[in-house]
Amino acid sequence: MQTLRFQGLTKAYGGVPALSDVTLSLSCGRVHALMGENGAGKSTLIKLIAGVVAADQMTVLRDGAVVPLRTAAEATKAGFRFIHQELNIVPQLSVAENVLLGHPAPHRFGAFIDWRSLEDRAASALAFLGAEHIDVRQQAGAMATGDRMLTRIASALVADAGAAEPCLYVFDEPTAALTVTESTKLFDVIARLKERGAAVLYVSHRMNEVLQICDDVTVLRDGRHVLTTQIAKTSSAEIIEAMTGKPVSDTIPGRTAPVRQRIACRLTTLTTRDQSGLDLSLAQGEILGVAGLDQGGQTAFLRLILGQGRIQKGLLEVLGGRAPKSPEQAWARGIAYVPRERRSQGLMLGMGVRPNTLFPHLGDYGFLAQKRSEVARTRTLADQVRLRFQGTEQPVGQLSGGNQQKVLFARAIAKNPKLLLLEEPTRGVDVGARAEIHGLIRTLSNSGTAVILASSDLVELCGLADRILILQGGRQVAVVDRQAMTPADLLSRIYAPEAV
Amino acid sequence: MKTWTLSAALRQWGTFLGLLAIVLFFAWRLPETFPTAQNFLNISQQISMLAVVAFTMTIVMVMNDFDLSVGSTASLAGIVAAALFAAGQPVWVGVSAALAVGLLGGAFNGFLVAYIGILPFIATLGTLTMFSGAAFMVSDGKTIFGRDIPAEFAGFARFGIPLDAIGLDGAKLPLMTIAAVIVLLVVWLLLEQTTFGRRLYAIGGNRVAAELAGINTRRLRLIAFGLTGLGAAVAGLMYASRVASANPTQGAGLMLDAIAAVFLGMTMGREGEPRVLATLVGVLILGILDNGLTQMNVDSYVREVLIGAIVVSAVAISAVGQRRT
Repeated sequence: MQTLRFQGLTKAYGGVPALSDVTLSLSCGRVHALMGENGAGKSTLIKLIAGVVAADQMTVLRDGAVVPLRTAAEATKAGFRFIHQELNIVPQLSVAENVLLGHPAPHRFGAFIDWRSLEDRAASALAFLGAEHIDVRQQAGAMATGDRMLTRIASALVADAGAAEPCLYVFDEPTAALTVTESTKLFDVIARLKERGAAVLYVSHRMNEVLQICDDVTVLRDGRHVLTTQIAKTSSAEIIEAMTGKPVSDTIPGRTAPVRQRIACRLTTLTTRDQSGLDLSLAQGEILGVAGLDQGGQTAFLRLILGQGRIQKGLLEVLGGRAPKSPEQAWARGIAYVPRERRSQGLMLGMGVRPNTLFPHLGDYGFLAQKRSEVARTRTLADQVRLRFQGTEQPVGQLSGGNQQKVLFARAIAKNPKLLLLEEPTRGVDVGARAEIHGLIRTLSNSGTAVILASSDLVELCGLADRILILQGGRQVAVVDRQAMTPADLLSRIYAPEAV
Repeated sequence: MKTWTLSAALRQWGTFLGLLAIVLFFAWRLPETFPTAQNFLNISQQISMLAVVAFTMTIVMVMNDFDLSVGSTASLAGIVAAALFAAGQPVWVGVSAALAVGLLGGAFNGFLVAYIGILPFIATLGTLTMFSGAAFMVSDGKTIFGRDIPAEFAGFARFGIPLDAIGLDGAKLPLMTIAAVIVLLVVWLLLEQTTFGRRLYAIGGNRVAAELAGINTRRLRLIAFGLTGLGAAVAGLMYASRVASANPTQGAGLMLDAIAAVFLGMTMGREGEPRVLATLVGVLILGILDNGLTQMNVDSYVREVLIGAIVVSAVAISAVGQRRT
C-alpha cells in the first residue's frame, strides 16, 4: 500500500451536520496530524473510519481501489488500528493475555493454553516497540498509563504479524494521560511504525507534539476541511488560525462593566495532597481562566473551591467566609458549578428539563413539591439561556449537546450565583450555542458574578478571562494578565518548562 | 418529540394490561369463587405484608440501590416484639421496639452503603445474615406463640371495618389492608410530592451529578435505607399479628417477592424508573396469581415456576421494547 484516501466523509446527527464532505489522504511512512477545535468533527471522522458509526457518505480508496468499510470488523480487516486515550485493557488479565486479547491463543493438545508460547509472542511484540521493561506476566491493571498504551499498541502489532500490508494506526489524543517521559517513548514507537511503512493518523490538541512528530497536517473546523499542508511549510500560527477561523475579538464579547472591589475568593499559599503553591485572589465580576496540560489538575482546582478538597496548608476564603466543606454547602452559599462531563457528571439524562434545572434548588420549595411554580421558573431560566426544547418535561437526553450544556447553565444561574465555577463550558457545543454561552458568561460577569473558567480552549480563555492561572501538575506556575495575550502566546506559556 | 405510538403505549402499559388479563382469566376459570368481593378483600389482606415491604423497597430502588435484608429485618422485628411480649411488656413497647429495630437496621445498611461505600448487594447480603442470626439469638431458635402473644396484638390482623353499609353484608375491610394503603399513600407522597423524594430520583438519575449539584447524597441514602428497614419492620409486625406468633424465619420469603414486584413495576416507567403506584401493580400481579392458582389447585411447586416465569418474561419484554426505541 502506498496511499490511503478517505473521500467525501459526511455525517449528520439528527439533521445537525457533524462532518461535511471531508477528504483525507494519507501516505505510508508518514505521520498525518488531524487538528481542530472541540466539536470540529475529529471524533466523528475517527468513528466513521473505525466503522463504529455509519457514514452518510464515504469512499475509502487504497492505492485507488475501493475498500469496503461499513462495520468495525471491516475496518479491522482493512488493517486499521485505533489507539484511544481511554485504553481498553482488561486490568485483571496479564499483560500477555491483553496483548493477545481477541487473537486465538496458542494451544497445547488442542485444549490447554500454551502459556509459554503466548508470553513469547507478547514479549516479542513489546520488544519491537522497545518496551522490554514490561513484564508480560504481571497484571495489566498494575501498569502505568504509558505502559498500558504500549500494551495496546503491541496488541495491534500482533494482529498485523501475519498481514502482508502494513496498515493505518490512528492515535486519538494519546498523550492526554501520559507523562512527558511516557510521551517521549510513544513518539519513538510512532517513529518505528513509520519506518515499518505504516500510515499514522495522529489526533491531538497539542501543537508542539504535532510540530515535532508529524509530517502533514489537516485542520477541520465546524465539520469542514480547512487546511491540508506539510508541517515543514506551515507554522503554529497558521494552524491555530485555521482551527479558530475568525480573530478572537470578533467572536467573544468584551467586558462592559468594571471588575468590582469586593473579593470573592482568596487562596493563600494553599496546599492539598495534589496541589501546591496556590496563591491568588479573585474579585466579584472578574473572570479567572484556568489553563494547563493536565486536565485533572483543573478539575481538582475547581472541586477544591466546591468543597471537595482537603486543605493541608494555607487558607481558602470564599465569599467572605471559610471554604465550603461539601458541594451542598457550596451551592447553599451561592457557588454554582458546571462540570466538565455533562453526561456523566452533570445531567440526569432520562429526566426532564425541569428536574434537571432545579435539582440544587429544590430547597426553595419547602417540603412539598410545587409543580406549577417550578414549571414557570424553568421556563424563565430556559429563556434566559435561550434553550431550544419542546417542553419542561422533555428528557434532557433528547437535547443536542449545546442545549444540554444550556440546561446546566440554567441550573447554575437559577439563583444568581456569586461565584460560578465553569469547566469546559463549550466543549462539544456547536458554534451558535458556543457564542450564546460566551455571551451569557460575559453578562454574568458584568453583573458582578465572579467566574472561574477552566478550559482547554485557548481562544475562549483569551477572549473571556481577565487573568489566567496556569497550572502544571497541580502547581500554580503563573497567573498571567490576559491583555495582549493571543492563544499562541498562551500555548507557549502553558508549555513553558516549569520555573524552578 | 412526543410520539404516541402503539408500541410505546404497549411497552408502558403492557404490565398493567397483563394484570387485567390475569384478572379476566381467573374470573373466567373461577366464576364462582374468584370475582367476588370477599375474595378480593382476602387477596388484599394476603398481599398486605408483601405490599408494605415492596412499597418501602421502592424508596431505595429509586436510587438504583436495593436491600436484600428486608426479609430478615421483618423476622427480627417480629421476634423482638414477641420476646418483649413474652417478658410481660405492654403492646406499645413491643411494637415501638420492633419499629426501632427496623429503622436502625435499615440505617445501618445505609451507613454501610453511603458512608463506607460498600455495594448494596454485598452490604445487605451481610446484614441479611446478621439480622437473621440475631433473630435466632433473641428467640433461642424457637417460635414464640400462644399465651405470650397478647390478644390485642393478634387481634389487629383479625379485625376489619364492617362493609354492611355499602351492601356487602358480613364482609370486612381488614385493618391489614388499611395499613398497607396508608403505607402506600405515605410512600407516594414522599417520593412524588416532596423535595426529599425528588432528590432520591435525582440520585437514581445520576449520583455523581446529584452530588456535584449540591445534593447530600450520603445523608439521603442513609435515610432512604432507614425507611426501607422501617417498612420491613412494619411488615414483620403485621405477619406476627396475623399468625399470632413469631419465628425467626417467617419473613424470609418477602425479600425476593418485593424486589420482583418493584421490577415488574419498573417495566411501566417511562425511563424504567421505579414508581410506587407501579409497584402496587407488581404486588397485585404476584398476589392475584398466587390466589388464583391456589384456587385452581395448581401444585405449589408449579405455581412458583409459573410466577417466576411471568416475572422474567414481563421484564424481558420491557427490556426488548426499550432497546428498540
